[in-house]
Amino acid sequence: MGSNDMILQTATKVVSFIILLFSLHIFFAGHYNPGGGFVGGLLTSGAIVLLLLAYDIKTVANSLPINYRYMIAIGLLFAVGTGVGAFIFDVPFLTHAFDYFELPLLGKTSLHTAVLFDIGVYLVVVGATMTIIQTIGESE
Amino acid sequence: MSVLHLVIIAPLLLAIIVPFLSKKIHGLHTGWFVLLLPIVLFIYFLQLIPVMRNQESIQETMNWIPSLGINFTAYVDGLGLLFALLITGIGALVVLYSIFYLSKEKENLSTFYVYLLMFMGAMLGVVLSDNLIVLYVFWELTSFSSFLLIGYWFERERSRYGAQKSMLITVFGGLAMLGGFLLLHVMTGSFSVREIISMASEISSDPLFIVALVLVLLGAFTKSAQFPFHIWLPDAMEAPTPVSAYLHSATMVKAGIYLVARMSPVFAEQGIWLWLVGGIGILTLLWGSINAVKQTDLKAILAFSTVSQLGLIMSLLGVGAAALHFTELDTNIYMAATAAAVFHLVNHATFKGSLFMVAGIVDHETGTRDIRKLGGLMQIMPITFTIALIGSFSMAGLPPFNGFLSKEMFLESMVDILSLNIFQLETWGVLFPVLAWIASVFTFIYSMIFLFKTFRGKYKPEKLPVQPHEAPIGMLISPIILAALVIVFGLFPNILSESIIEPAASSIMPELIAAGQTFDIHISFWHGFTPALWMTIGIITVGILLYVTLPKWKKVYEKLPKKITLNNMYDAGLMRLESSSNKATSFYMTGSIRQYMIYIFIGLISILSFSLISKNAFAIDTSNVAPVGVYELVLAFIVVAASFTILMARTRLTSIIALGAVGYTVALFFILFRAPDLALTQLVIETISVALFLLCFYHLPKLSRKEERIKFKLTNAIIAGGVGVIVTLVTLSAHSTKLFESISQYYIENTAEKAGGGNMVNVILVDFRGLDTMFEIAVLGIAALGIYGMIRLRLSRRKK
Repeated sequence: MGSNDMILQTATKVVSFIILLFSLHIFFAGHYNPGGGFVGGLLTSGAIVLLLLAYDIKTVANSLPINYRYMIAIGLLFAVGTGVGAFIFDVPFLTHAFDYFELPLLGKTSLHTAVLFDIGVYLVVVGATMTIIQTIGESE
Repeated sequence: MSVLHLVIIAPLLLAIIVPFLSKKIHGLHTGWFVLLLPIVLFIYFLQLIPVMRNQESIQETMNWIPSLGINFTAYVDGLGLLFALLITGIGALVVLYSIFYLSKEKENLSTFYVYLLMFMGAMLGVVLSDNLIVLYVFWELTSFSSFLLIGYWFERERSRYGAQKSMLITVFGGLAMLGGFLLLHVMTGSFSVREIISMASEISSDPLFIVALVLVLLGAFTKSAQFPFHIWLPDAMEAPTPVSAYLHSATMVKAGIYLVARMSPVFAEQGIWLWLVGGIGILTLLWGSINAVKQTDLKAILAFSTVSQLGLIMSLLGVGAAALHFTELDTNIYMAATAAAVFHLVNHATFKGSLFMVAGIVDHETGTRDIRKLGGLMQIMPITFTIALIGSFSMAGLPPFNGFLSKEMFLESMVDILSLNIFQLETWGVLFPVLAWIASVFTFIYSMIFLFKTFRGKYKPEKLPVQPHEAPIGMLISPIILAALVIVFGLFPNILSESIIEPAASSIMPELIAAGQTFDIHISFWHGFTPALWMTIGIITVGILLYVTLPKWKKVYEKLPKKITLNNMYDAGLMRLESSSNKATSFYMTGSIRQYMIYIFIGLISILSFSLISKNAFAIDTSNVAPVGVYELVLAFIVVAASFTILMARTRLTSIIALGAVGYTVALFFILFRAPDLALTQLVIETISVALFLLCFYHLPKLSRKEERIKFKLTNAIIAGGVGVIVTLVTLSAHSTKLFESISQYYIENTAEKAGGGNMVNVILVDFRGLDTMFEIAVLGIAALGIYGMIRLRLSRRKK
C-alpha cells in the first residue's frame, strides 16, 4: 500500500497494542466473563490484520517473525496434550482439574487445567486465521 | 498410568523427541539414540517370562472413555509376550542394522526413525491391549506408519504405488475388522477380549456371529497378506530393507496371525473358522511358494516366501482350532498344531529377518538385487554367504536348523488331521497334507535359488554397478545374531518350548487347560521314522531334482496368461474407480461458486422440507413467544435493508460494506438477547472477514450486471425464498416443540461446582464439550493448511 498513510500507521501503533492487550485480557477472563480462547485468538488476529492494513506484509513479517503454521501445530499439541495429560492421573481423556492457590501479587487465584486447553484453542485460531490471511495477501 | 502403559507409549513419546534430537546432534547417527529404547523394552519383557511360565497374566487398566466401555487395558499373557519380545528384539536388531544401512548424509533420518518408532509403539499396542477398540486404533496406526515407511523414498513412483496399495488393502481390512468388533460388542455388550471369550459359547448361535467372524478374518487376512490380499506385500518391498525385515517379515504382517490366535477361543468352536483359516492358509502357502520361484529380485523372492510362510502359520492355527471344534476327540494332536504355529512364528522371524538383511547387504554392496546379474559372491562375501546359508537352509526346512523342526511339526500336524472323521480320504481334507507337501517342495527350490544364484555360479563383475566387497562389520552384527539364534533354536529347541511356546500356546487355547495344569510341549530333534520325516526326505529329493532342471521347466511360468493376474485386476479396478469418480466429480464440480451454492441450498430445502413433512412436524405455538420490542424491529429492518442493498449494489465495495452491516446487526441482536460471548465473537469475525474481503477485492473481476439472464434470476429468487421459508418454519416448529427438558439447567447447576467457572459458554467449550472443541480446532487447522497449500500450488505453477 502507499506510503502516505501517516495517520493510519501512527494510530495503528497505539491501537494494535491496545487490541493485543485487550485480547489477552479477554482470553484470561474467559472462564468467568465473556471471552476465552476463540474470541481472544480472533482479536489478536484482528490486531495483526490491522497492522497488515497499515503497513505491508513484509514489514509485518519482519517485525513478527512467526511461522503461523507451526503455531497451529503447537496449539493442537497443547489441546491434545491437555487431554492426554489426564491419563497420568488415571482419569478419562480430557478430564479437567482446578483448585485455588494463594499466589503472590494476585492473592487467592483459581488455576485450571482448562486454561492449557484454551491456550491451544487460542494458538490454533490465531495460526489458522493468520495463515489464511497471509497466504491470500502474499498471492497479490 | 502403569509401567506397562508407559512401555507401550514409550516409542511414541520418543518419536516426538527424535526430530529435535537429530537437529541438535549432528555428529552421531540418530539411530544410536533410538537403539536404546528397544533394548530396554526387550529386557523389560524378558523379565516377564518367569511370570508367564506360571500361567499368570498381567493386567493394568487406564480409563479412556469409560462411559462407552472403552478403556486402555494393557494385558500381557503368553501370546502377547511372545509378540512383544519379537517386536522389541527384532526391532533392536533392525535399528542397529539400519544405522549402517542408511547413510547419515543422504537420508532424512529423523523422519525414518519417527515412522519406525511410531510403528513399534503401534505394534506393541496391538498385541498388548485387551480392549478391541484400542486394539483397532493401534492396528490402523500400524497400517498408517507402514504406509509412511513404504513410501519413505517418496520421489520414486514405485514407492508411492506400493505405499498406496498396502494402505488401501490393509485399511479396507481394518475397517471390516472394526465392523466385526462392533458386532461382537452388539452381541456381548463388551469390548474386552477376555470378557468376550468367556461368553463365546453363548454367542455362537447368534445370527450375527458368522458375519462378525468373517469380518474379523478379513482384517487378519489383509494384514497378514493371505490369498488373495497378498498382492500388496511384494510391492511393499520398495521400502528400505530394514523396514522390509522388520515390518514385512517379523512383525506387522504377523499382526493378522496374532489376531487369529487371539480370537481363536471366541470363534474356533465354529467349523467355518477352521475351514477358512486352515483353507486360506494352505492356499496362500502353496500360491506364495510357487510364485516365489519365478521371481528374479532377491527381495521379491523373500516377499513371496513371507506370504507363503504366513500361510503356513495360518493353516496351523486353523488346524489347531479343530481342538476346540471337536471337543470329543483327542485334543493333543491339535494342540501340537498350535504349538507348531507358535514355534514357526519365532523361527520365521529369525531366519527371514536375517535373510532380508542379507538381501539388503547384497543390494548395498553390489548395487543390484537381480539374481540374473548376481553370482559367485561366495568368495567375496564369505560372512554374508554363511549367514545366507544358515537362513536359507532353515527356510527350506533342513536339519539342524530351527526351520527343520517346525517344518516337521507342521507336516506332522497336516498328516494328523487325516485321522479326523471329516478329513477322510474321500473328503477335501486330504488336500491339506498334499498341498503342504507340494508347497514345501517349492519352498525348498526358492530357498536354493536365493542362496546359490547369489553366491555360487559365475561371477559377473561387468554386470554389477558397484565393485562388491564384504559388508562393514556393523551391518553384519544383526544378521549374525539372528543366524546364531537359528542354530541355537535348532539344536536346543526346548529353550523356547518352556519359556515361550507353552505360555503362548496355552493363551491361544485357554479352555483346554484345566486349572493348575500346564501345557506340556517337548520338541525333540529325532522323532523316529514318522510320515513327516519321509515327507521331508521326499521334499529334498524332488526339490534337488527340480532345482537342477530349473531352466527347463521355468518357462512354464511364461506360458501362464499375464493379463489375468490379481495385480492387473487390482490396477484395473483402481483405474475404473478413479475414472468413474472423476466423471461423477466433474459433473458437479464446475468451479462456479454460484452453482455450489445452488446445490447446497436445494439440498437444504429438500432435506428439511422432507423431514418436516414426513414427520408431520409443523407446529406453530405462539403462547411461549417473547414480545417483540422496538429495538428488535429496528434491527430487523436494518438487516433486511442491508441484505437488499447487497442485491442491488452496483459495485463490490458497496456489497462488502452492506454484508458487514448485516453481520454487525446480527451481533447487536446477540447483545439484545444477552449473549455477550456470541456477540463478541460475531463482531470480531465480522471485522476480520470484511478485512479479508477487502484483501481479496483486488483480484476479483469487475462486477457486471449483464451476465445473468432473467430466467436464471427467477430460479435464484425461488431458491432464496425457499430457504427463507423453510428456515423460518423449522425455527418456529423447533421452538414450539419440546420433547425433552432443556439441557441448560444442567450447565447452570454444574458450571461453578464441577468446573469452577463463571462463564457457562466458555466452560462448555473447554470442559464439558472439550472433545468437540478439540476436533473443531483440528478442522480449523486443516482448513488453513489446505488453503495455504492450494494458493501456494497455484503460485508455484504460475511461476513455472
